[in-house]
Amino acid sequence: MAKSIDVSDLNIYYGDFLAVEDVTIPIAAKSVTAFIGPSGCGKSTFLRSLNRMHEVIRGARVEGKVLIDGQDLYGSDMDPVNVRRMIGMVFQRPNPFPTMSIYDNVLAGQKLNSKRMKKSESDDIVERSLRSAGLWAEVKDRLDRPGSGLSGGQQQRLCIARAISVEPEVLLMDEPCSALDPISTSVIEDLIHELKTQYTIVIVTHNMQQAARVSDETAFFNLSGVGKPGRLIEVGRTQSIFSNPQDPATEAYIQGRFG
Amino acid sequence: MTTLTTSNPGNPGPVDVHKELHGDQLPRRAPLMVVGAGVVVAALLYVLADVNLLLAALVVFAISLVLPAWSAAVEGRRKATDRLVTVLVTSSFVLAMFPLFSILITVVSKGSKVLGIEFFTFSMRNVVGEGGGIYHALVGTLLITGAATVISVPIGLFTAIYLVEYSEGNRLSRWIRFLVDVMTGIPSIVAGLFAYALFVLFFGEGVRMGIGGSVALSVLMIPVVVRSTEEMLKLVPNELREASYALGVPKWRTVAKVVLPTALAGIVTGVTLAIARVIGETAPLLIIAGATDSVNFNLFDGRMASLPVFAYASQRNPGIPPEFSIDRAWGAAFTLLLIVMLLNLIARLVSYFFSPKGER
Repeated sequence: MAKSIDVSDLNIYYGDFLAVEDVTIPIAAKSVTAFIGPSGCGKSTFLRSLNRMHEVIRGARVEGKVLIDGQDLYGSDMDPVNVRRMIGMVFQRPNPFPTMSIYDNVLAGQKLNSKRMKKSESDDIVERSLRSAGLWAEVKDRLDRPGSGLSGGQQQRLCIARAISVEPEVLLMDEPCSALDPISTSVIEDLIHELKTQYTIVIVTHNMQQAARVSDETAFFNLSGVGKPGRLIEVGRTQSIFSNPQDPATEAYIQGRFG
Repeated sequence: MTTLTTSNPGNPGPVDVHKELHGDQLPRRAPLMVVGAGVVVAALLYVLADVNLLLAALVVFAISLVLPAWSAAVEGRRKATDRLVTVLVTSSFVLAMFPLFSILITVVSKGSKVLGIEFFTFSMRNVVGEGGGIYHALVGTLLITGAATVISVPIGLFTAIYLVEYSEGNRLSRWIRFLVDVMTGIPSIVAGLFAYALFVLFFGEGVRMGIGGSVALSVLMIPVVVRSTEEMLKLVPNELREASYALGVPKWRTVAKVVLPTALAGIVTGVTLAIARVIGETAPLLIIAGATDSVNFNLFDGRMASLPVFAYASQRNPGIPPEFSIDRAWGAAFTLLLIVMLLNLIARLVSYFFSPKGER
């Protein structure tokens, strides 16, 4: 489990518009890598390109290489569906399936793909995933209730449980706490700490304290002006980025002078 | 009443805060009083001066207009405008209700007296004068409309799925939308002629078949299904699709298992409305399905009666004495009304039970 990702010379386009330019970044296995940067600098776009989710948007395309365990995600014989099975994703807003129960939401990855399982097997997966997501104790008595009836923080943890129930190698998180209150946020941050023993985690966040708290590596993205592409400015150990940034822009951003 | 004296030297005298906040108001019952007065005057005129009903209604409307005038004098311009628009909107609503209730009352009062076991279980075969029933027409209507639904729903559903999920706004989809809009405006008689022309190609002149009626009704039904389904699919949040893709679910499964179930309630309602729209169609069925007095269960063979055509024919050629036939026509109309109401009820139930849980 848990694979490393190597991105080299990645350009991401929306139609003719170059959104993210020339990103080269190694992402270590079993660690948390945080992307920080001002709005519109392309960190979410870059994150989505790591499991080919950005292709869902019309006209979006990519040049360059994203290697996971030596395999190019954008190789001509790669199936994006399989890529996404290997690299899971948690979104900014909690999005449990409204037609499904909590139980079915956790199993959505299997159910939607019509995978046949024994009842005991699926019970196991549900319990294990909910325990990993730290939600088991809160919902174990109401697994048949609709997932949309949970609170925002619980819904987000349900989405995390759903993402890890298919046992991905990598977990991408796109501002997973931005719609949550501080208590739910800290629950999810604790969760990230636990999950990184098993998964490679990449998290986009607007909250620099959060990046400092949860991540091992931090990458700072910035854009030089409106309509210009976003670029990776600096990447390194979280501690050194926050205490001793190399680039003046990183320092200015971390100290809250812009963004 | 609270009064407050300000020490502001530029402000002459105390400010009445209550008056500032509340302003001058008409009594709470003012609308009731004015409209009540209007109704009383109109009733008196109707009884004593023998004016007709339409004029009486106009009198009520005219007297209601006193309300905004009164309001303008007391409350000021903004509230007077509010009252005027309220009067206009309410009057329009009442006006729109008139035909609805008129039809309902007429159909129920004239149609309910023939209803009974015999009416629903006997056909009109060899019936002259009293007796007989609409069994044959009921069967025909249910079969023809059912077959039309079976034809239209898959076509409409898949068209809508293509438009929303797959087309990405390409040229073909713009053409489809345009043609669907054009189809919405097709007069039903043209749909009937189309079906007739189509079946003549295969079966020769003078063909009469229930399935032809279904084809004609589908032409009317498909655009309604496409449009309503399309709107419902658009309402499904994109986040759900993305959540599904991110789990490694292929697009077709995402559409089939996430998008459609989420939109199911709305789709069912749309389909029901489409059925209600076509079940009362007379002209196309008159052309292609024809009329008969006998029960016919075979959509593919021979004439088939239907409720609207039966009502039309009974009214048109009532025979002698005419009253029995005309009663049966009203009964058929009432039955049609009941079917549509039943369909709406079913649609409500379906959308209640299938709507995303936790949101109802």
